[in-house]
Amino acid sequence: MERFAFVLYRPLQLVPVLFGVSAVSFLLVHSIPGDPVRILLGTRATAEVLAKVRAQYGLDEPLIVQYFFFLKNLAAGEFGRSIIFKTPVMDLVATRISPTLFLLSYAVLLSVLLAVALATWAALRRGRFADQVIRLYSTAGLGLPAFWLGIVLIILFSIRLGWFPVSGYGAHFFGHLHHLFLPAFTIALALSPVLIRNLRSSLLHEMESDYVVTARSRGLPGSWIFLRHVFRNSLIPTITLLGINVGWLIGGTVVVEQVFSVPGLGSLMVGSIFARDYLVVQAVTLIFACAVILTNFLVDIVTVALDPRIRL
Amino acid sequence: MSALTLPARLLSRRFGAPRALQVGAAIVFLWLSLAAVPAVFAPYDPIVQDLGATLIAPSLAHPLGTDNFGRDVLSRIIWGTRLDLAMGVFGVLAPFVIGCVVGLVSGYFGRVVDALLMRLLDVTISFPYFVLVIAIISVLGPGLQSFFISVALVGWVSYARLIRAQTLVLKESEFILAARSLGYSKARIMFRHILPNAVLPAAVFSMSDIVIVILLGSALSYLGLGAQPPAAEWGVMIAEGQVFMATAWWISFFPGLAIVLLALGFSLVADGLAERFGVRE
Repeated sequence: MERFAFVLYRPLQLVPVLFGVSAVSFLLVHSIPGDPVRILLGTRATAEVLAKVRAQYGLDEPLIVQYFFFLKNLAAGEFGRSIIFKTPVMDLVATRISPTLFLLSYAVLLSVLLAVALATWAALRRGRFADQVIRLYSTAGLGLPAFWLGIVLIILFSIRLGWFPVSGYGAHFFGHLHHLFLPAFTIALALSPVLIRNLRSSLLHEMESDYVVTARSRGLPGSWIFLRHVFRNSLIPTITLLGINVGWLIGGTVVVEQVFSVPGLGSLMVGSIFARDYLVVQAVTLIFACAVILTNFLVDIVTVALDPRIRL
Repeated sequence: MSALTLPARLLSRRFGAPRALQVGAAIVFLWLSLAAVPAVFAPYDPIVQDLGATLIAPSLAHPLGTDNFGRDVLSRIIWGTRLDLAMGVFGVLAPFVIGCVVGLVSGYFGRVVDALLMRLLDVTISFPYFVLVIAIISVLGPGLQSFFISVALVGWVSYARLIRAQTLVLKESEFILAARSLGYSKARIMFRHILPNAVLPAAVFSMSDIVIVILLGSALSYLGLGAQPPAAEWGVMIAEGQVFMATAWWISFFPGLAIVLLALGFSLVADGLAERFGVRE
């Protein structure tokens, strides 16, 4: 169990990173050109009123003091108010978070299914036609723009064939599954090339290792060796890679939500950028960063659980 | 002539260039020539509207069709090569330079400098790349200038990591000890002696990074945060065509294909270089 000791002390190491992330988000909004109080009150406000409001919001305090106010509010779950929606940013985020979480998990599931199927197929048919085609896809696919892929899939499967809705989130679990299939599949098609390349090469590496020869010489059936040993060992680097790519995955979701008009955090963020609703942009950025930090931590735990040799 | 012989020799079979490198370099070369003299290849003007020839399907006169303003899609793609190639190449240059300096300084000086720079790196990689870039653009305002600034602010981390790892090994080696005993300045040792020996993995990575930055730049332009209409930029063209996707699929389809083909060239070059120099990504 001592291998899992990092579960206890890693959160402590993450504290400075979390402070850094909050400082970057704070400075981001702080470096917007223009005086926020002037924008709030308009050009006709007198200097006295400006100074009073500035003091009221704590904007006359030194930067570091303002940062501590910001942290104090964060700790209380207070992200400020949206100037467009006239509601607390926290409420806005709460209504938009579930489509994004649904889409992310759906996309990960489809990516892994796609990657496992194609990488296994390619590794078992090494050098043959199927392998060549899958390798071409896993190289050309690195440059697949997700937003374009989404449009192509809409043209094919929504407009031509009418199998899936063009946009939206749908009602109930199965409605979500139906509405978000194309967005999730878009992300999966764009993400899986990286996973396929990695999984295929580690499968080939494991298939040539000594323990496979030993297992064969003891007369174990090939499918048993592949599933119980080769496949299990090959999956570990792929899971790590998936963890590393969670930031990429979130970025992809932001764009794909926009393509399919999914009412999630990504489309909220993009909409807020154009509306200059900075506090919303700040909150979503911060939440996405925390999601990355948390996922990397979870992936570390899974990796250690899967491979008894790894010590962190 | 001599400037061309080195790449040519690098690519020749005798030098043992992998197939991926040869094919990739050929694809990149084709795009570079389109970007160099687009007027020679493009049959029409990319910006001028022809309202008598709107939404024409691919045909002999317009091989890839026309858009809702009657602009020839093929010509716009050819002219767009300039913008998308520039976004990729220049979007990688600044992060590359910043990352090299940070990695060298961090690895060579160690201690407090290293600790501080690495915490800054930890914080930067905690944000999803795309999300941090658009958050910075939201502050700077949409446009290509903001795009280049925010990519420079975010993209340096990968290069800094690669260069730092190499520097940590190299600074203990005997030739660096020799250089130090000769009394060379720290800057000279870092940039003249360590950097040339440390730069290879970063240079190979920059080829895959161009793919990432081209995708990023076109996605930002698609969202309206990068290049602005009426510029002939592939992401902008895809966004403009999305409205007509039910009737005129070609407006969005072909620019995306161009992105895939340009990216494929750089991906193959990256694969080939990694294979040739035995660099693991």
